Amino acid sequence: MIEIIASGPLNTVQDLGRLGYRNIGVATAGAMDTVALRVGNLLLGNPASSAGIEIQTFAFKVRFTRTLAIALTGADCNARLDGRPLLPWWACTVQAGQELELNFPRQGARGYLCVSGGIDVPLLMGSRSTSLRGNFGGLEGRTLAAGDALACVDTPLPALPAGGIGVTPPSAALPEHFPIDSDGTLLLRAIPGGEYHLFQADAERFWAQSWKISPQSNRTGYRLSGPAIQPETAVEMRSYGLVPGIVQVPPAGEPIIQMSDANTAGGYPKIAGVIEVDLWRLGQAPIGSKIRLVKADTRDAIRAEQALDAYLGDVGRLIAPLARA
Amino acid sequence: MNSSSQPFAAPEAPALLLAKQAAKVSMIGSRAFLLEAPGEFDLAAQRRIWALCNTLQASSEIEELVPGMTNLLVVLKATPYEPDEFAQRLHAAWAVAEEIGRAGRLIEIPTCYGGEPAIDLPAICDYSGLSAAEVIRRHHSATYTVFTVASAPGFGYLGGLDPAIYMPRKKVPSLNMAKGLVTIGGLQSGVAVLTGPNGWNALGAAQMPMFDPYAEVPATLAPGDTVRFLPERIEL
Repeated sequence: MIEIIASGPLNTVQDLGRLGYRNIGVATAGAMDTVALRVGNLLLGNPASSAGIEIQTFAFKVRFTRTLAIALTGADCNARLDGRPLLPWWACTVQAGQELELNFPRQGARGYLCVSGGIDVPLLMGSRSTSLRGNFGGLEGRTLAAGDALACVDTPLPALPAGGIGVTPPSAALPEHFPIDSDGTLLLRAIPGGEYHLFQADAERFWAQSWKISPQSNRTGYRLSGPAIQPETAVEMRSYGLVPGIVQVPPAGEPIIQMSDANTAGGYPKIAGVIEVDLWRLGQAPIGSKIRLVKADTRDAIRAEQALDAYLGDVGRLIAPLARA
Repeated sequence: MNSSSQPFAAPEAPALLLAKQAAKVSMIGSRAFLLEAPGEFDLAAQRRIWALCNTLQASSEIEELVPGMTNLLVVLKATPYEPDEFAQRLHAAWAVAEEIGRAGRLIEIPTCYGGEPAIDLPAICDYSGLSAAEVIRRHHSATYTVFTVASAPGFGYLGGLDPAIYMPRKKVPSLNMAKGLVTIGGLQSGVAVLTGPNGWNALGAAQMPMFDPYAEVPATLAPGDTVRFLPERIEL
């Protein structure tokens, strides 16, 4: 069991998402940074589909009621286990009674806490992710609160080294594949969308200018602020299915990028779509930070996917001997 | 839309004319494609979308198919190296998609019209120039088809609204509209499935649950179903 001692208002149980139900209006939900969740589960020898806790509001504090292995990935949340600092991207064994605290991140936006076996909430429509909009999945379809207790799937503990084990985060391991501008602006690759050509004069500016992630941003979507862009003619679109990463432009001209909890359908013109392999990075972009969109194609996406797969393969190979021990 | 004339016109027709009749295919991110039907927003176009959906169902490279309003989102399992090739295949599949009906069920939704929940009934009357009784009569006299289930869990977009009670969506959505409200959005009707902001116009309320994540079939409505609203009570 994990007892929640303190939690900010918007922390949830998430896995890789509820896939295959968009056709009945159910958003995928799932971790905003799926790479961090994957690595956390890999470090513990968990199935990739295991659920962890996504922490995006702080402080967050839990007590473990039995011996468990845990992994902390994603944003560096200045974690402390019984007051002693824990490194980010680190897995270790914890004992019954120990307390873990995560604080506002120095870098990134969301921390992930994985446990050996995974968080044991009911599998609902193929997933354990919390659907905040539909109020189902995860823990009773809601955010975590002090006093909650989360069960962990019973599983043998992985044989982690005594002091724990860590990995290099993907952003540090693969800077050439996931670049950041010299001024710190996050560069995200996007493919022009169906209404791109309608933005004629403003299309160049869409790529050239940097956009700030506005405070009206959450798991549903990120609203970008910057000089507005407008289509040459107003468009009225019929409701269409969409996927996270889509960049839509509402009438006011400030783009919205839909994220994990996005509606399954929308009607705004779409200027572009962020490539899926870059979405985990956007999931770590804090409010107020800057991004720039870089025109790309599917070949660019495939190259980045291959680099990321190789990285995840390396993490798996690092851990494989421990599982056999 | 007159798709049947296309094969005859094809050999000599100017390229521009053909281009006008072709569907629009565009990408959303790295592995999703949106095919939008040309022409009117009508049941005929939607039936071709269902046919296309059926055709593509068997494809091993496709992860998910999401029908929208006369459009279809196709999500591939992997990022395609040659997206244009896949787009061409979608165009080709669309060109041969024939209208099909769906063996839908008849769903009857008991509805209380008017009264407190019908917050937008006066506005609908103003817009249409009809009395409240007439607006309500026209709403429950129509037979609706579920075009698609989208946007929120189990929310069915119902086509078949009497054009006389057409009511545009609100520019600024009302906050906290209740789950179960029977609404009009443009030329569509629908039953709200979540309590929250909603831009559609309420003229009644229904109790029938539209979504249950624990059920084997979570959504009550499916594309192609026929829907009728049964006036249980009318409060004016």
